[in-house]
Amino acid sequence: MRRIINLRPSTGSAVLLAALPFLLLLIAYLLGSSVRLAANPEDKLLPAFSKIGAAVQQYAIDPDPRTGEILLWADTAASLARLGWGLAISAALGLALGIVTGIVPYARAGLSAFIAAVSLIPPLAILPILFIVFGLGELSKVVLIVIGIAPFLVRDLALRAGEIPAEQIIKAQTLGASSWQLTLRVVLPQLLPRLLDALRLSLGSAWLFLIAAEAIAAENGLGYRIFLIRRYLAMDVILPYVLWITLIAFAMDYLLRRVTRAAFPWYAGNGK
Amino acid sequence: MTTLSIRRLWKEYADQVVLENVNLEVRDNEFITIVGASGCGKTTFLRMLLGEERPTRGTFLIDGEPLPAEPGPDRGVVFQRYSVFPHLTVRDNVLLGLELARAPRLGRLFGARRRAALAEVDEMLHAVGLYEARDKYAAQLSGGMQQRLSIAQSVIKNPKILLLDEPFAALDPGLSADMHKLILGLWEHHKMNIFMITHDIKEGFELGTRLLVFDKVRLDPQAPNAYGATITYDIPLGVCGKPLLDELTTQTRRTERFVNKLAVA
Ligand SMILES: Nc1ncnc2c1ncn2[C@@H]1O[C@H](COP(=O)(O)OP(=O)(O)O)[C@@H](O)[C@H]1O
Ligand SMILES: [Mg+2]
Repeated sequence: MRRIINLRPSTGSAVLLAALPFLLLLIAYLLGSSVRLAANPEDKLLPAFSKIGAAVQQYAIDPDPRTGEILLWADTAASLARLGWGLAISAALGLALGIVTGIVPYARAGLSAFIAAVSLIPPLAILPILFIVFGLGELSKVVLIVIGIAPFLVRDLALRAGEIPAEQIIKAQTLGASSWQLTLRVVLPQLLPRLLDALRLSLGSAWLFLIAAEAIAAENGLGYRIFLIRRYLAMDVILPYVLWITLIAFAMDYLLRRVTRAAFPWYAGNGK
Repeated sequence: MTTLSIRRLWKEYADQVVLENVNLEVRDNEFITIVGASGCGKTTFLRMLLGEERPTRGTFLIDGEPLPAEPGPDRGVVFQRYSVFPHLTVRDNVLLGLELARAPRLGRLFGARRRAALAEVDEMLHAVGLYEARDKYAAQLSGGMQQRLSIAQSVIKNPKILLLDEPFAALDPGLSADMHKLILGLWEHHKMNIFMITHDIKEGFELGTRLLVFDKVRLDPQAPNAYGATITYDIPLGVCGKPLLDELTTQTRRTERFVNKLAVA
């Protein structure tokens, strides 16, 4: 008998194995749901699939009788806009500050302690301040995401900029590069794929901050909806919403990975 | 025409003397090879030539002027590793030096100006045998090809001085003959001064017009850092015989053993 660490599944069985935990979860749900519903037909905790299907119909297909909008789409659009702005602003900040603190010694001396301190502020603790300063509108939600993930991006990219071998930086100078040209042609292009990697890592936090902000003050959005219907214990709506959010998060991660691979072929070849 | 004049040069770090009393006059178009035990300050010397490090004492003149305080396009360099840009293709790596000079703001050429520059680049790529690989990313090249590329990248700028720090040390020994032919050809064609550090004394003899040996004259186990290395041999090449080669090998090995023993202790 070989050691278990040396036993590898074939491609087919790997797919089956990957599906197995999902299937088990589904079966557990179905069992639990039918047991609870048999005991109490009014039970709300684990609704039957038919009930969930009706909720999906109501939220994702039929327009809302009051506003005429399809709620799921309206919520998704609102949330993605906030998330998109938050990620875009954080990425721009991360690149700009990361590069500057990574390669300019004076900027590093002046900024790195400050950035380290800012990154230690628990973003949710200052959410009330954001609401007071920026109001209850879109701005405060976007700012929360930015405060939540930009410090991480800045520090990660500064590290990555510092990891560019000193030989390359010297070489570029012997080819006549000014500091600006060096940034533009040597540092920035090598940091872009690393930025996408860092963004992927911060997607989870970005969603966390988005949903927290929406839960507290919003008129739409995926997080708003979940917390609104929580009052009615409407698990038949909450569950599909959570699934949907998970699916979007997965798609974003997948997309970022594909873009990194397609746009920066040299990066994958680097083996890092 | 490039001349170098180094007089009574010292380099110290905190409590360590790395180089002491180095004197050197270099005429135009010399190919200088530098050998010596590791830790004897050869790289430090090169970094001073680059402008990356300043001498602690002494004068360092290039064409009669003090050496600039930072690297510049008149002094090219090829390191042992990491001296190409992995995110650029072979062509773009060589093109970069031309673009930086001709497009100050974006560092990038477009249209007819780019095509004109690419013609120069392709000529250089033919000269170093990388034309076939022109569209590959530098990250995809073998170590030997990366070193060729790095040389081409520097030489297209027509530097007065080309600095090479053990450029072939990480390569398959079978490749070095090709590399030697390449570098000698470029040296003759582009009329520059070359300083090349090598760990291989034989290589040093084969390649250069002049060989410098960096070595510690005084080895004091009580105060190993009190004395630095200096140029102990300055040999015009073409006159070397086996006895001299053996003598140099013995000398540098002695220092190497001394340094290693200290490192262990
Ligand atoms: N920036 C530095 N700070 C302190 N010591 C250094 C520095 N750079 C080099 N040294 C020391 O100077 C000595 C010579 O190093 P180096 O020039 O790299 O030797 P070589 O290239 O001949 O092997 C070594 O002992 C090294 O530890
Ligand atoms: Mg060295």
